[in-house]
Amino acid sequence: MKDAPPRDTAAISGLIDADIHPRNPQRHDLAPHASAYWAEMFEYRSIDRLEMMSQPQSIGLNQHAEGAQANATPQDIARLHLDPQGISAGILNVMSGAHAAYDPYLAAALCEATNRWLAADWLGQDSRLHAAALVPFVNPDAAVQEINRLAPDRRFVSVLTPLMGEKPLGRREYWPIYRAMTEHGFALAIHPGSIYRHAPTQSGFLSYRVEEAALAPQAFASQLASLVAEGVFTEFPDLRVVLLDSGLSWLPALMWRMTKDWKGIRLEVPWIKEAPSDIITRHVRMGTQAADLPQDADQIARVLGQFDAANMLIHASDFPRPHATGAGVPDWLPQPLHAAVARDTARATFVRLEGLE
Amino acid sequence: MTDHVVCALSELPPGKAKRVMIGTRAIAVFNVDGKLSAIADRCPHEGASLSQGQVGGVIVSDRPGEYRVRTDMKMVRCPWHGWEFDMDTGKSWCDPARMKTRSFGVKICPGATLEEGSYSLEVFSVSLQDEYVVVTV
Ligand code: FES
Repeated sequence: MKDAPPRDTAAISGLIDADIHPRNPQRHDLAPHASAYWAEMFEYRSIDRLEMMSQPQSIGLNQHAEGAQANATPQDIARLHLDPQGISAGILNVMSGAHAAYDPYLAAALCEATNRWLAADWLGQDSRLHAAALVPFVNPDAAVQEINRLAPDRRFVSVLTPLMGEKPLGRREYWPIYRAMTEHGFALAIHPGSIYRHAPTQSGFLSYRVEEAALAPQAFASQLASLVAEGVFTEFPDLRVVLLDSGLSWLPALMWRMTKDWKGIRLEVPWIKEAPSDIITRHVRMGTQAADLPQDADQIARVLGQFDAANMLIHASDFPRPHATGAGVPDWLPQPLHAAVARDTARATFVRLEGLE
Repeated sequence: MTDHVVCALSELPPGKAKRVMIGTRAIAVFNVDGKLSAIADRCPHEGASLSQGQVGGVIVSDRPGEYRVRTDMKMVRCPWHGWEFDMDTGKSWCDPARMKTRSFGVKICPGATLEEGSYSLEVFSVSLQDEYVVVTV
């Protein structure tokens, strides 16, 4: 960005970072937190690295300068990220194969063990650390149980799901999960990643990663349309959805388009009583990184003027991805939005963070 | 404001709508269960003729998956893209403050009374025994 104004770091006290990735847990991390059966099966079936194909961690691309060490332990994340950035609260999002297991019981075991590992090895090590819970969307009963189990532990502030899962997120099958989440104040975080139960586009499988990366906004748009149209926000007025690493310039177009079409097709979904753009504005938040914005400050301001940026943007660094640079909120963020994006909107969204210093 | 006799009531039985011209102005006149209403016959969206639209009870819902048809309130659905309009006020269901079409006064007058008033009667001759639809523009 040219002519960036000097940064006013005083405005970003109490900085919250909604998207920090710890390393994936491996077998030796999870086994102590699993039942005897699953501990043995992890060993016997060589269930170990848990990399999602869509979120590869072992390849050298897109890595922090310190490589795998950058997010190996809570101390590393503190040293490389929390301390230098002045972060008061950071939310750990594990994007592992736990999200992708098809066996409903293995999925539940992996999610629960991951949450227990997070609680023991991460959240207990640094009071700034919080986490998104992993729950098995393939097994909603078990997901509800896991949410209820974690409810007393307020260090878990959200439930994380990969962008492209089994079904559109608005489907009623998932409502018991949302009911349990809203009862206990968990936000829903959606992070890029596919479990490849379906092609990542409506027209089929793609050949190259550049296609898939560029088209992620289509999947985000589909998920939002589903959540709105199926009436999830009508049924669960307290539910907040946070889109991470989603980009943001595509959102106004979806809001406009859906509102336009709703005017004529609302008879099919009469529970949608107000413009979808208003519903999205109230319920949906977006992380700041990675942002698909122009370079020029005036043009950036025009994009941000197309939606309620002050109430919809949340600082989310995507650490240890290399675009998490600079101090605190990203350089492109206009000064008047700093406090909201750095802190206030996150507090209003992740309500389980309350009581934070 | 002038009263215009636009048609005989027999041409607009309950459940029907009719496009009438007053000068160059197209007006959609509706008879819903014996109650008349008149709005500009031009959808504010892209101009479709609202007199061609379906009239139905307003569909409402309290929860996803629950549907109710309001019997006390009907609207016309634009034949092109389905926006709904209140036939009395011309206001749309989705955006009543900004998206509306003009509404007009409309009444039924016995033919016998029409001779006395100052009505615009360009189109046809009036029979004393019949009733007529009169739109005020
Ligand atoms: S022209 Fe009437 S809804 Fe489009």
